[in-house]
Amino acid sequence: MTAYQLSIFAENKPGRLAKVTRILGKENINIRAISISSSDAFGVINMLVDDPERAQKALSKEGLTINLKEVIAVVIEDKPGGLDKLIQLLYDENINVENAYGFVLESWKKAVFVVDVDQHERTEEILKKNGLETLDAEALSAAEPFHYMKY
Amino acid sequence: MSIGGFVTMYWEKEIETMPREKLEALQLERLRKSVKNASASYHYKNLFEKIGFDTEKISSLEDIKKIPFTNKEDLRENWPYGFLAVSKDELVRMHSSSGTTGRATIIFHTQHDIDEWTNIVARSMYMTGMRRGDVFQNMMTYGLFTGGLGFHYGAEKVGALIIPAGSGNSKRQIQLMQDFETTAIHIIPSYALHLSTIFEELGVDPRKDTNLKIAFLGAEPHSEKTRQKIEDLYGVDAFNSYGLSEMNGPGVSFECQYKNGMHIWEDNYIVEVIDPDTLEAVPDGEEGELVLTTLLREGMPILRYRTKDLTRIIPGPCECGRTHRRIERIKGRTDDMLVLKGVNIFPIQIEKKLMDIEGVGTDYQIILERKDYNDHMIVKVEVHKEFFSGDLKQLEALRRTITEELKSDILITPRVELVEPKALPKSEGKAVRVIDNRED
Repeated sequence: MTAYQLSIFAENKPGRLAKVTRILGKENINIRAISISSSDAFGVINMLVDDPERAQKALSKEGLTINLKEVIAVVIEDKPGGLDKLIQLLYDENINVENAYGFVLESWKKAVFVVDVDQHERTEEILKKNGLETLDAEALSAAEPFHYMKY
Repeated sequence: MSIGGFVTMYWEKEIETMPREKLEALQLERLRKSVKNASASYHYKNLFEKIGFDTEKISSLEDIKKIPFTNKEDLRENWPYGFLAVSKDELVRMHSSSGTTGRATIIFHTQHDIDEWTNIVARSMYMTGMRRGDVFQNMMTYGLFTGGLGFHYGAEKVGALIIPAGSGNSKRQIQLMQDFETTAIHIIPSYALHLSTIFEELGVDPRKDTNLKIAFLGAEPHSEKTRQKIEDLYGVDAFNSYGLSEMNGPGVSFECQYKNGMHIWEDNYIVEVIDPDTLEAVPDGEEGELVLTTLLREGMPILRYRTKDLTRIIPGPCECGRTHRRIERIKGRTDDMLVLKGVNIFPIQIEKKLMDIEGVGTDYQIILERKDYNDHMIVKVEVHKEFFSGDLKQLEALRRTITEELKSDILITPRVELVEPKALPKSEGKAVRVIDNRED
């Protein structure tokens, strides 16, 4: 299953991220996960949101440069070695991870690892064959990420 | 006449101190010859036919005004041989100008032309006090650029020992200066300032630890303050020079020991200063665009060339006794040409390159900065909205491509920054293309 990541091109300076979060906040869009990679003068903000298409529209309208990209959100066990199991599998299959970030779904039980890989379709097949669960946009939107209320 | 113990000596006393009347008579005689010679070229032959200009009918220097101006575009349109007035086998060398879009402007020389050019460079260097026995370190690029070879041949004619160091490699430059007791250098002013910081790093004091006494500054307009700074830092007399490849290169005009304007060698060139808008001549003392005509170049004569450089004639005689008029240091350009590290760059060159690169948006901005006496160019480039794939690697690759493409054209490595579409400031709807933040 395919998830959609929102990538935003932004200059590496104060106020750029603030603009993005302000627009998304106003549009009532929930950010599930975020990662930023930057070069010296510019960078890319990657986000998983509950409604990527609406988010793209809202950000585009404000003049931001956006790309909606297919990524794979893999459900892994939230315990030592949980991520390693997935990564070793990708390594065995010679799949390169271009970008990745994660968030906890259910503390000590489930986490989601978002990967952008060089061989998207093949990776999906391999994950399926190995019984690893992936989440699509809808599932991600519905997923209840971990929060402290559960304690 | 002496200044600081410097007695005025002339390379060619008769010509350098020739009474104006006689000098103008010599100019007229040479102008007639040069125009006649020029009419052998494809460009001038057609031009003279078109406007019905009779090359026999030049009775005074004023008659030069009957000849239309020559622009850089004319040189480009007639690339490469359209201005040649001799057969190709008479040519012994070519040079080119930096900072042109597309094809560089080429200037061809016969042996006679090289000899005459060398003579005025020698005359200029001699004027500043350089003599046989001096050690001259030429820190300019050798090659198509006229600054390197032009000075080289002039210095050789004077009889100095030349260290043809070329540009760059600062530590080796300093080593050469110390090892071979360099007394005169030819250097780009911004590089002279930068080099002083390397001296400092090495703990070498150019005032005490070298024998430097003369610096020829060229290839870049600079202020009086910069000159004084260089003189203070190095303990030298620094002389401003002006030249352009279309008029041979260095040696067109040069400062004498009084450092009050640059004598233009009027036995070699006819000098006009015009209002760039009306194209009418302005009186001596008034600022305008410098227009030059070659009087002695046989291979590729150029008549009434619009240099696009802004200056003025300094009225009145010079204390040195030379009768050739002086121009003030160059104030700027009538076009948007930039000079960075001695390299001439037109913003349009950068624009053309950028617009050929996939992923580049519509706007760009060129920012020039000076840090630690070092000039830098920053090029901000908008990324095309459709190009962005969400990948930082893709952006990095785009930046690398832009950097390399620009470097191959302008010979300077700019710092490229990618910016979001519409991020660049506009003034009154018009894009602000160049911001020059360089100060003395």
